[in-house]
Amino acid sequence: MGLIDVFKKIEPDKKKSPVLHTLFDAVFTFAYTPNNVTAAKGVQIRDGMDLKRTMIHVVIAMSALFIFGAFNIGHQHFLAQGLHTGLVEAFGLKLIYGLVKFLPLFIVANVVGLGIEIIIAARKGHAVEEGFLVSGALIPLIMPPDLPLWILAVSVAFAVIIGKEAFGGTGMNIWNIALLSRVFVFFAYPTYIAGDNVWVAGFDGLAPGSATEYGFVISSIVNPILEIFGSSGFQPGVVVDGYSGATPLSLAYQGGWDAVTAQFSEAQMFWGTIPGSVGETSKPLIALGAIFLIVTGIASWRIMLSMIIGAALTAMLLNIWGASPMMTVPWIYQFYMGSFLFAMAFMATDPVTASGTNTGKWFYGFLIGAIGMIIRTINPAYPEGWMLAILFVNTFAPLIDHYVLQANITKRLKRA
Amino acid sequence: MGELANIFIKSAFIENLALSYFLGMCSFLAVSKSVKTAFGLGLAVIFVLGITMPINWLINTYLLSDTGIFGQDFTFLRLILFIAVIASMVQLVEMVVEKFSPSLYNSLGIFLPLITVNCAILGGSLFMVSKEYNFAESVSFGLGGGFGWFLAIVAIAAIREKIKYSAVPPALRGLGMAFMLTGLMGLAFMGLMGIDLSSF
Repeated sequence: MGLIDVFKKIEPDKKKSPVLHTLFDAVFTFAYTPNNVTAAKGVQIRDGMDLKRTMIHVVIAMSALFIFGAFNIGHQHFLAQGLHTGLVEAFGLKLIYGLVKFLPLFIVANVVGLGIEIIIAARKGHAVEEGFLVSGALIPLIMPPDLPLWILAVSVAFAVIIGKEAFGGTGMNIWNIALLSRVFVFFAYPTYIAGDNVWVAGFDGLAPGSATEYGFVISSIVNPILEIFGSSGFQPGVVVDGYSGATPLSLAYQGGWDAVTAQFSEAQMFWGTIPGSVGETSKPLIALGAIFLIVTGIASWRIMLSMIIGAALTAMLLNIWGASPMMTVPWIYQFYMGSFLFAMAFMATDPVTASGTNTGKWFYGFLIGAIGMIIRTINPAYPEGWMLAILFVNTFAPLIDHYVLQANITKRLKRA
Repeated sequence: MGELANIFIKSAFIENLALSYFLGMCSFLAVSKSVKTAFGLGLAVIFVLGITMPINWLINTYLLSDTGIFGQDFTFLRLILFIAVIASMVQLVEMVVEKFSPSLYNSLGIFLPLITVNCAILGGSLFMVSKEYNFAESVSFGLGGGFGWFLAIVAIAAIREKIKYSAVPPALRGLGMAFMLTGLMGLAFMGLMGIDLSSF
């Protein structure tokens, strides 16, 4: 009996239980293309690349970041205690610790988001929209590892209901869903997502001497299992002297590039073994994902390129101005810090919220690059600017498109 | 000069009259259905704010305050005099628009004369008084505030033109969606909050 027969057998009745049917439909279309496809006759364009497969490509592009992000959570956790400072030392423990922190974020984001999607899709009486696949993968990557799960749930609910469903669902939203959920946390619960203490998981505070806090999962489930395998598991520890959880950005804000290199080497920042949001740190892996997205034709290289140009030009201008320590950081090193690459590869290129026209994409990317760099360097209130810059320029994306279209219309009228 | 630029940027982006103080909402929500009319109204608001702000500054400093030419405290007349200045400027704008762009005049309809009671404009003048700007600063503040309001209404108009084709739930269509858009735009503009160029 093939898998399709199993599906046929368990298909719930659409009228009697709409929610169950929507759920079934979502799983079914993962495994098979729907059977009501366009007939071979006719002039329509037919392509196997439907919305669900497009979305899955983005998730594939991010897949390496999940693993690395989880590892890095554990790595930073042990670094703060001065234990296992080598990169591959106690690799398993680091990965296990990271997964214990990361999986709940991932599960809660997806259960809440997809749950809302499925309920609304059932109410509207159509198949569930795939849009949340990407948002659900992105959201855990852009949150700090220690974020309380209820805050995550509230922020995801806000983003999905207000930011997407109110606009009519997938493909209709104006602002990026993942960023809306992050900006919600950012403004509603700022202490959980900003400052030096939140980027390293597992401690109450990061002052030297603070003890580790292993919750229920580690002490009662993970540790006994590890003991069965003969490992000592996670032992209580304290933050070592001289450790600060400061990210490169906050160091650069206080003391310029010298203060950053005193704590982190360039290689560390490049490969991503620095504190930060779960998925933002590793530059090569993000670049790999970006190349994958460009090659498969999902993300726009125009946006990425113009965003780099915009950010680099702005950073050079600020270098010339040089009025604060952050402004004196050489422009090329601005790309080593923070989440520029992540925002560029996965956030700004979101085809729904970006400008639709090719000319518009150049303006759109350039504006994000410039504004993000300005917020990062000039605004004392926010350490990083890309989230806010992208949301800001999302607001103007329809306007950019409008004027690009108008310009084209005038041009063609003139030619006629 | 740097101080003037700072005031301009601050009033246009950071303390946006529409998205940070939520002033001038009735025309902001009612005229933002198409980019073209929103553009026209936005320009009218820039003009009226840019002209009335310095005039109101002169009136406030030389006629109303007790250091002015009358030497008496006439500040209780402030509201009525400010409104009178604004109304006359709006009258001027209305005549110009009617003469040179009748189509815009028709599409703006009642909202063109209603700029008089657009609280962004009166609010701007009152902010100018409470912030104790000098003459040049009040010009900069007026133009910046007008530009920010213009930017906000044009952006929301483009968004509303775009979501005309979205499957917005029936209960939210029209004004309901416009309110939510305004709130989310305010959230997006918050990214610039806190920037202070004068500290460099």
